[in-house]
Amino acid sequence: MAHEHKAGENYLNHEKGLWSWLTSLDHKRIGVMYFITVMIFFLIGGIFAMLIRTELLTTGQTIMTAEHYTQVMTYHGAVMVFLVIIPGIPAFMGNFFMPMQIGAADVAFPRLNLLSWYCLLLGATVAFCSLLVGGADTGWTFYTPYSISMKPGVVLLVVGAFIGGFSSILTGLNFVATIHKLRAPGMTMNRIPLFVWAIYSTAILQVLATPVLAITLLLLAMENVFQIGFFDPALGGDPVLFQHFFWFYSHPAVYIMILPAFGVISELIAAFSRKTIFGYTAIAYSSVAIAAVSFFVWGHHMFVSGQSEIAGIVFSAITMLVGVPTAIKVFNWVATLHKSSINLASPMLFALGFMFLFTIGGVTGIFLATTALDVHFHDTYFVVAHFHYVMVGGTLMAVVGGLYYWFPKMFAKMINETLGRISFFFIFVGFNVTFFPQFVLGSKGMPRRYFDYLPEFQPLNQISTIGAYMIGIGFIVSLIAVVKALVEKQPNPGPNPWGAKTLEWTTQSPPIHTNFEKQPIVTAGPYEYR
Amino acid sequence: MSTANHGASGHHHAHHFENAEHEYDTGKQGVWLFLATEVLMFGGLFVGYLYFHHLYPDIFKIGSKFTDWRMGAANTVVLLTSSLTMALGIYYTQQGKLSAAFNNLLVTVLCGAGFMGIKYFEYSHKIHLGLKPGSWFSGNVAEIAQHAGVAAEAVPYNLPLYFSFYYMMTGLHGIHVLIGMGAIIWVMIRLKKGHFGPNHFTAMEGVGLFWHLVDLVWIYLFPLLYLVT
Repeated sequence: MAHEHKAGENYLNHEKGLWSWLTSLDHKRIGVMYFITVMIFFLIGGIFAMLIRTELLTTGQTIMTAEHYTQVMTYHGAVMVFLVIIPGIPAFMGNFFMPMQIGAADVAFPRLNLLSWYCLLLGATVAFCSLLVGGADTGWTFYTPYSISMKPGVVLLVVGAFIGGFSSILTGLNFVATIHKLRAPGMTMNRIPLFVWAIYSTAILQVLATPVLAITLLLLAMENVFQIGFFDPALGGDPVLFQHFFWFYSHPAVYIMILPAFGVISELIAAFSRKTIFGYTAIAYSSVAIAAVSFFVWGHHMFVSGQSEIAGIVFSAITMLVGVPTAIKVFNWVATLHKSSINLASPMLFALGFMFLFTIGGVTGIFLATTALDVHFHDTYFVVAHFHYVMVGGTLMAVVGGLYYWFPKMFAKMINETLGRISFFFIFVGFNVTFFPQFVLGSKGMPRRYFDYLPEFQPLNQISTIGAYMIGIGFIVSLIAVVKALVEKQPNPGPNPWGAKTLEWTTQSPPIHTNFEKQPIVTAGPYEYR
Repeated sequence: MSTANHGASGHHHAHHFENAEHEYDTGKQGVWLFLATEVLMFGGLFVGYLYFHHLYPDIFKIGSKFTDWRMGAANTVVLLTSSLTMALGIYYTQQGKLSAAFNNLLVTVLCGAGFMGIKYFEYSHKIHLGLKPGSWFSGNVAEIAQHAGVAAEAVPYNLPLYFSFYYMMTGLHGIHVLIGMGAIIWVMIRLKKGHFGPNHFTAMEGVGLFWHLVDLVWIYLFPLLYLVT
């Protein structure tokens, strides 16, 4: 349904003024709006991270009191999980590129798409308002009974996460319908790019898991305001039920955070190896398999919460199953690299960094899935290191790699390659310097979430803090590189600077309002490099 | 929620769809996905119900004695009738009999209001007796024991948990009834403006599906809260 458009017109100048952005139904503009909001939240969450690591530089009080530390730790977690990583790839890159990759002119429900963005913004606003009424210090998991102690800050943070959750639900709903119904002629499910498969699996999780979080957070808010007693042992309720409810959402949510990253990495590996991806079907279906299994593993967060031994063993076994489809992906990516023409441009550096770090994160997950080991590792820095290897070493590396890769399509400008490499160096090295010592600290028994630690843990904590500053420098270099590219004058690098094969590269950069001049007809798979 | 097109009137469809049929199919799928999220949200409450019913069957046995099955049954009939008239509204729209459609939708909204009216009486009666949720509970244990036909010592300390479930489940459901009534009124206004006809009724059908789901949730709530022993 291509409409007439003037030469030189694109989605950025199709309409003018801030108002035209705030009311835009164009999935590309909404994607850019998500990009900006998520980057701002990331900056805020990152500042919290730096404060945490600075406080932990020495034993005792370094820069803040224990009360402030617990709050900073809570907001670091809540902001990074609910406002950065969950909307990060699906709502930003998924919005912008998924419709283009399937040859559609927009998502199925453009108004709903805009509403999702406002839900995130409103949720974030309410969540940040909690800081004005004393803040919250429960950790991002809001465990009862501590979280039902009538702190107004907790209620506002919970309500903010509740509202933000609708952003995630509606985005997922929109994407499932889009992928089912708006694929271009010839774009069968076995020809959609692997990023689309990943977004599809994620969207199913968003639709099926997030409503359970919604009711959980609603009950928690009611518990705080009206003392209804569901989770309060004093009133005959059960605090462990809260953990079950919370992790029934939040474990699938872990895959909402990592599956889209797998999708980005599949695109990057194929494009920068210049080779047909190895095992397309295996990678595609392993995303769906991870999504399916993820609903039955929540109990591995609760091995020491008093659930039955049988339940623990079953959850442990199912959790280890997740390793199978995940390993399938990693091995297929490695097989794609084999005998390929690797182009080590900055997006590819981040993709390779992802594979290295994510694998460590994944394997340490198997340690934690083992019930006997988990009793020792539970609530130590080992867990912190594990999930940061997955969430930061995995997802955030994919976000940055994907940004470098797709930036020329979004804005018709290249991000400076040297700055990209410098950024990668600092993030990758800094990441390992930060989090590898935490595996050691955790196995020696340093508990997580504490403001203080024993003196013998100080050297490793100091190394960790130096690493965190390196990560901070790395992200700031990337921020400078992005801003520099946006403001400087550059010749248009053309529709396909990387020589990639998926559909978004066949249209002009920046794309026109309706994406394609005429409806694309698909006759082959997504990675036909030979 | 079912259509997100640009001022859909008659045969126009949004630019990213091939034709009106394509838009209709997609819209309907969106509604079904939305209903799935609703089922999961209520699902959380039902799981909580099952769990506590398993742990403390007595609080449900005693608590349900304070619900009036006649009121619940009346409300069940009211909602089932409204589902019928909702379906008839869509049927008459498909047939082109738009004023019959409008009247049926009007009856649906009135049934919804009737349901909320009956709920209001039930709520105020319970609140009057002090049967409030959680720590707000101020019911007299001796009177409760007498009404339930058990000894005063047999009234569990966490009886208020039953009323927490009662108010959470029926309250969340009641909010859905109100949202559904609002959506039906919106559909009625659009019907009057001539937005719907035999070839275009996506939004109406979507609202209808939502209304049936709200009805269905009540079909489960009624036995769980009123008839449980």
